[in-house]
Amino acid sequence: MGISQIITLVVAILLIGFILWWFFGKHQEAVGTAAVEQGSQEANIVVKGGYSPSTIVLKQGVPAKVNFDMKDSTACLSHVVFEQLGVNKDLTKQKVTTIDIPTDKKGTYNFACGMDMFHGKVIVK
Amino acid sequence: MNLSNIKRFWISFVLAIPMLIQMSAMPFHWMMPGYNWIAFITTTIIMAISAAPYWSSAWAAFKHHNANMNTLVAVGTSVAYFYSIFAMFTGREVYFESAAFVTVFVLLGDAMEEKMHNNASNALAKLIDLQAKDAEVERNGKFVKVPLEQVKVGDIIRVKPGEKVPVDGVIVHGSSTLDESMVTGESMPVTKKKGDDVVGSTINTNGTFTFKATKVGSDTMLSQIVDLVKKAQTSHAPIQNLTDKISNIFVPAVLIIAIITFVLWYVFLGATAVNAMLFAVSVVVIACPCALGLATPTALMVGTARSAKMGVLIKNGEVLEEVSDIDTVVFDKTGTITVGKPQVTDVVGDQNKVLTIAASLENNSEHPLATAVVKKANENNISLANVKNFAAIEGKGVKANYGDQEAFVGSERLLEDISISREMKDQAAKLQKEAKTVVYVGLGKEIIGLIAIQDVPKPSSKAAIAELKKRGLKTVMLTGDNENVAQAISEEIGIDQVIAGVLPTEKAAEIKKLQNSGRTVAFVGDGINDAPALSTANVGIAMGSGTDIAIESGGIVLVQNDLMGVVRALDISKKTFNRIKLNLFWALIYNTIGIPIAAGLFMGLGLTLSPELAGLAMAFSSVSVVTSSLLLNKTKIAGTTA
Repeated sequence: MGISQIITLVVAILLIGFILWWFFGKHQEAVGTAAVEQGSQEANIVVKGGYSPSTIVLKQGVPAKVNFDMKDSTACLSHVVFEQLGVNKDLTKQKVTTIDIPTDKKGTYNFACGMDMFHGKVIVK
Repeated sequence: MNLSNIKRFWISFVLAIPMLIQMSAMPFHWMMPGYNWIAFITTTIIMAISAAPYWSSAWAAFKHHNANMNTLVAVGTSVAYFYSIFAMFTGREVYFESAAFVTVFVLLGDAMEEKMHNNASNALAKLIDLQAKDAEVERNGKFVKVPLEQVKVGDIIRVKPGEKVPVDGVIVHGSSTLDESMVTGESMPVTKKKGDDVVGSTINTNGTFTFKATKVGSDTMLSQIVDLVKKAQTSHAPIQNLTDKISNIFVPAVLIIAIITFVLWYVFLGATAVNAMLFAVSVVVIACPCALGLATPTALMVGTARSAKMGVLIKNGEVLEEVSDIDTVVFDKTGTITVGKPQVTDVVGDQNKVLTIAASLENNSEHPLATAVVKKANENNISLANVKNFAAIEGKGVKANYGDQEAFVGSERLLEDISISREMKDQAAKLQKEAKTVVYVGLGKEIIGLIAIQDVPKPSSKAAIAELKKRGLKTVMLTGDNENVAQAISEEIGIDQVIAGVLPTEKAAEIKKLQNSGRTVAFVGDGINDAPALSTANVGIAMGSGTDIAIESGGIVLVQNDLMGVVRALDISKKTFNRIKLNLFWALIYNTIGIPIAAGLFMGLGLTLSPELAGLAMAFSSVSVVTSSLLLNKTKIAGTTA
């Protein structure tokens, strides 16, 4: 085994270690809140390689809108699906897609991309 | 740059043609002059236009500690591309074509998948399009055309031949034949007259009629259907939990496998760094989990939309999955197996006296049998007397003070503390054997007469039961009726087992009993008192003519009041679920076989995959899964033509 092989082996092990830590380790996720004004609230989510922020907290009882700002041009994130609300929207048709969230009761609405690979949630409390 | 995937695909494809020519000329040892430079320039353009979006999306995902199919595409293409640049300037062999073709194929997969996805969700859009755009509404004594949004509950609306009924309502004048196939799936037109319900977006064929709007906007039947289908289409099937689990670890796992592949080839098997890299890139490219992610949602989407067109509304993916385990179907009798419009056929005893007492009491009740008795009295021109202290005896009948005596009308459960003559008893048994329900009429402590009421089975019931039996399902009828009546009806339509004399409140308990004996039960019913049974059963099938609460409790709703709908519901659910399983199996097999081949495991057999072939295979797998889901539109379902 030559020197370059040994270096490769070490680098590979380090790389695997990094992948495990980066993707499976515990990492803090950002939580977004909505801007409340004049009896309505609005929150923005940027769609690029995922949802940022992926968690939105809304106030109960105030009519709410969540805006998805599409900045990703691959097919992966082209749809957003709110399972409990029966919403399946194509985000590529317009730059910003607005979805009304019912806030009459407390609860969590999960959303995901069309293939259920990316996840996020809207919490009403 | 904002190009659609299909445009990006064509641009990239044209740019990749020189490399394609070189690849096919390779076996003849012909080298394109200046090939490296041509490949470098065209590939760079392809990367900038087509691969860069994947790179940037993957990078953004990476920062979120996320990895997805874009990560794999980005890693595969960038490794091949940047290595080739390095190779070009250090005088080694280049692999631009790998980077270029992987990109082209991934794009092709994306573009085709997008197109088919749109096809699949189109069915719903078509349903919404069925709605009329305007309505002829009476305003100040004249009929004027107004947009649909301005129609209010209580408006009087006129519908001419060939026009669509704009909203739900009740006919107040005129009659016609309506084509309701878009809502019920029933192709035979239905005749409607004054007092009948009409459903929005059905087509009026020959007559003109006016009707009063009872439901508008989001309350109409069509809107409700669209809403149900939408929810079903975005719902989860529990089987998806598997893919959710896999998808979370899949991409990082593939990256690790790719690294291991590289190390094994380069460090332990003595391959050159370049060959080891090609194997690793192939692994990354073929592993894209697209097909896995598409398997369930696309099949759900097509299956639920198809069933909606047949008048079968499936509420969610969970129901679909449950249906495939069903081995017993339990039916409520009245209104489900039978028409639900009972008629008085015989009166035993003093005709007038018996009918007068019975109808006077039953006039206060809403039971379907009561309606039949009152109707009969009206036909015989019997005037009803006023009764005092009316009370319903739960599950047994009714009682009240008639004159100065207590009178009662009800089933034989009332007989516990009342005397009945032998002759009456024989008469009752005889009528019951003829599938007639017997109602006892009593005054004081004595039975003074019997009323026989018959509710005939629906014309389709017998055929539907036969179809269910053919599928190996056990059929059971649940009824509050007397054993003899129930037996007679069950023999007529061929039901396997009868559970008779069940109180309305005991229906759910009977279902539970069947479940405890190891059966997986579907319950078909329509009444308010069926709601608990509908929720208890593994799958609740509510008849659409039923009450809102029944529809709320059912997992499947039949728009049409016909038992063939049950057969169709079970068929389409099973087919959809089987398709989901097939898709998942295919997607998983694809990856489990594809990855080892790409890693060079079968090199000894001469079986390897270059990165560009891996890209083609990946695109093909997503497309084949979506195609398989779309084929659900073509499968044969009982009672429909393709």
